[in-house]
Amino acid sequence: MNETTANAPPVVEMRGIEKSFPGVRALQSVRFDLRAGEVHALMGENGAGKSTLMKILTGVYQPDGGEILVDGRSVALRTPQAAQALGISIIHQELFLMNHLSAAQNIFIGREPSKGLGIFVDEAKMKRDAAAIFRRMKVEIDPAGEVGHMTVARQQLVEIAKALSYDARVLVMDEPTSALNETEVEHLFAVIDDLKANGVGIVYITHKMDEVKRIADRVTVMRDGQYIDTLPAASTPMSTVIQLMVGRELADQHRATGQGTADEVLRVTGLNRGKAVRDVSFSLNKGEILGFAGLMGAGRTEVARAIFGADPIDSGEIRVHGQVQRIASPADAVENGIAYLSEDRKHFGLVTGMSVRDNVTMASWGRFMQGGFMQDAALGKVAEDYVRKLKVKTPHIHQETRLLSGGNQQKVVIAKWLLRDCDILIFDEPTRGIDVGAKAEIYRLLEELAAGGKAIIVISSELPEVLRLSHRIAVMCEGRITGELNGRTATQEDIMTLATQRANAA
Amino acid sequence: MTDTTLDTGKAAKSGFVTTAALQKAVAFVVLIALLAFFGLFAPNFATGGNMVGIMQATAVNGVLGVAVTFVIISGGIDLSIGTMMTLTAVTAGIILTNLGMPLPFGIIGAIAAGAFMGAVSGWTIANLKIPPFIATLGMMQIARGLALVFSEAKPIYFNDTPSYQLLSPVSSISALIPGIEVPNGVMIMFIVAIISSVVLTRTIVGRMIFALGSNEEAARLSGIKVNRWKILTYAICGGISGIAGLIVSSRLNSAQPALGLGYELDAIAAVVIGGTSLSGGRGTVMGTIIGAFIMSVLTNGLRVMGVQEEWKIVVTGVIIIVAVFIDIFLRKKA
Repeated sequence: MNETTANAPPVVEMRGIEKSFPGVRALQSVRFDLRAGEVHALMGENGAGKSTLMKILTGVYQPDGGEILVDGRSVALRTPQAAQALGISIIHQELFLMNHLSAAQNIFIGREPSKGLGIFVDEAKMKRDAAAIFRRMKVEIDPAGEVGHMTVARQQLVEIAKALSYDARVLVMDEPTSALNETEVEHLFAVIDDLKANGVGIVYITHKMDEVKRIADRVTVMRDGQYIDTLPAASTPMSTVIQLMVGRELADQHRATGQGTADEVLRVTGLNRGKAVRDVSFSLNKGEILGFAGLMGAGRTEVARAIFGADPIDSGEIRVHGQVQRIASPADAVENGIAYLSEDRKHFGLVTGMSVRDNVTMASWGRFMQGGFMQDAALGKVAEDYVRKLKVKTPHIHQETRLLSGGNQQKVVIAKWLLRDCDILIFDEPTRGIDVGAKAEIYRLLEELAAGGKAIIVISSELPEVLRLSHRIAVMCEGRITGELNGRTATQEDIMTLATQRANAA
Repeated sequence: MTDTTLDTGKAAKSGFVTTAALQKAVAFVVLIALLAFFGLFAPNFATGGNMVGIMQATAVNGVLGVAVTFVIISGGIDLSIGTMMTLTAVTAGIILTNLGMPLPFGIIGAIAAGAFMGAVSGWTIANLKIPPFIATLGMMQIARGLALVFSEAKPIYFNDTPSYQLLSPVSSISALIPGIEVPNGVMIMFIVAIISSVVLTRTIVGRMIFALGSNEEAARLSGIKVNRWKILTYAICGGISGIAGLIVSSRLNSAQPALGLGYELDAIAAVVIGGTSLSGGRGTVMGTIIGAFIMSVLTNGLRVMGVQEEWKIVVTGVIIIVAVFIDIFLRKKA
């Protein structure tokens, strides 16, 4: 941080911002400011409120309370267009470009320069203007090149060029490096340095500590929808930032009970799948709950899907009960007693238009036929059995599963795999979309299953959940397992340190 | 309180009324209304002869409709059923007339040819990931071309196989129960429909087809070998199209290689009118049969009333749109 930016007045100032969604208080009296020519990192756990705050700054959401000042004047940002007109743009994590159009066409979409009485698009001028912006950014991109053929890194640069074409003075970047490799990251940082020098203020949302050290001037930490603190990036130890992000007291928190046996049921060695899963190795014992922690995009779901055969792997060995198994499809995985319970139950877990009975029995239909005919009476009986055992709240087993609550849907999916005799259960965000009361019930159910001899993997983005359930915790960052922790002694800080540890920085 | 959470008595049955069943009921009411309307206002409509005519006209479309019902419930579509029907008829012609083999070989040959072509479609859809619309559009042309090539673009007559008449115009049932002059083609349609209905609702094949159509990815992640069942679904569709090929060629006493194009659209229309959802996962065979009857009653009734033939096509178009609107409307309410 240099002297001039430190003393400059803020371009943007947000004061006392309040925002609620049905049932959630997303932001409580949050403040944030950004000076011209600075990079201001915004940090916090998943769900801390960073994205909501930035959606308010860019006109996507309207605040319930508080004030936004641009150049010291109070403004109302009712639409993204209104924000853009004031020079505030956002580069989303998911890029919003039209793949079949050229870079220039994407940059000027909706406001194409025209010629010939305004009937024709002036493609030549568009290309010239786009080229000029790219020159200013010191990047080499062909304005006529089709965006769909570009790397993600280049597409991102096109997005930045688009923002600059609106004369952006404030640029919000939401985890811009999540899909870039080392060289591309360095290139992006060079572009950011340049933008800074030109007086553009940048809000940089990230989880990566080393990036903050590298490019940020100040860091603001948010937690549970509240503003925590703003610190100078250079002089603040990263451990302090992590502590501020995690915050909560853990003293009286409930921890995992019981423990796994020494009986190994699953061993994964050197698993690779593209950039998402890199050299992942771990083992899982009977009766054990192994937590998989990490930030979004760390590769946890990808590991689960690879083990389950839902996505093809590049390399790696999977041993089930000591035997090397080739798992090329979910059918192979199920044969080996491995079940995967997706976080997205509606799309991947349940056939929502079918009944509780059919969903519970689906993976086992083969067992319930005689001469090709389904033994519906037998299906009904086992379904009722499981509904009773897992206490699924449904009026009857013929109820379509879309009509059940999240917690009961989850129980139906669990029942499906128990009936199929799967003894390795991989839960991906087991309590997502489930209300607090039902959560406790799902936790108890998982503990009972482990105590009954099932081997369980729990992938969760909620640290308290991981700590609550796991006997052992594997932490991932950028496709790698960066460390394993004992579930009884680990702290949220330990997990966050590993979750933000880039392999090359370690 | 497990006892209160579980009630499989009457409440279960009432909650079991699906929108497909509801729409089937709607279609049935429409059919009755149409019959009543034409019976009252079209003088020669409600005669025994005319009724047999209507049934005979329904047989081919009904069987094709049942065939494609399987595929549509599984979330796919098959545009090749019309020309596949023709190809199977030509296959029967070659086996019976050109090769002079006995009737059972012709029947088995036609059904097997259809099933094989269907399996090929299914394989390209499941393994090559070609969208069903495109894959079966291709198969529609392939089947049409092959039918013309094999027959040398000439009709093949079944004059050497008089027993071929048994497959459609002859009424065997009238020999058993005098006075009921229902042609065999129509009886075959009902038998195909009943067996298909049982397969769809009672067997593992049917259960899989509904699961595929409702949520293919969830089915795959449940360890179900999705590709295998998909290929089987299209093969069933092709095989039943083969039965339609037998009925149509028996009625014409010849395999007409130029016939077939456009039959697929009538069949899909019957399926839609009968309440089967084009997005998959919901539907009934009986609905399809009712849909096929609605179409032929309209055609026949309008003709008997002296309305220009071509108006029927317009009316059918309107009915399709209304049927789909009812489907959307009922689903929104559900």
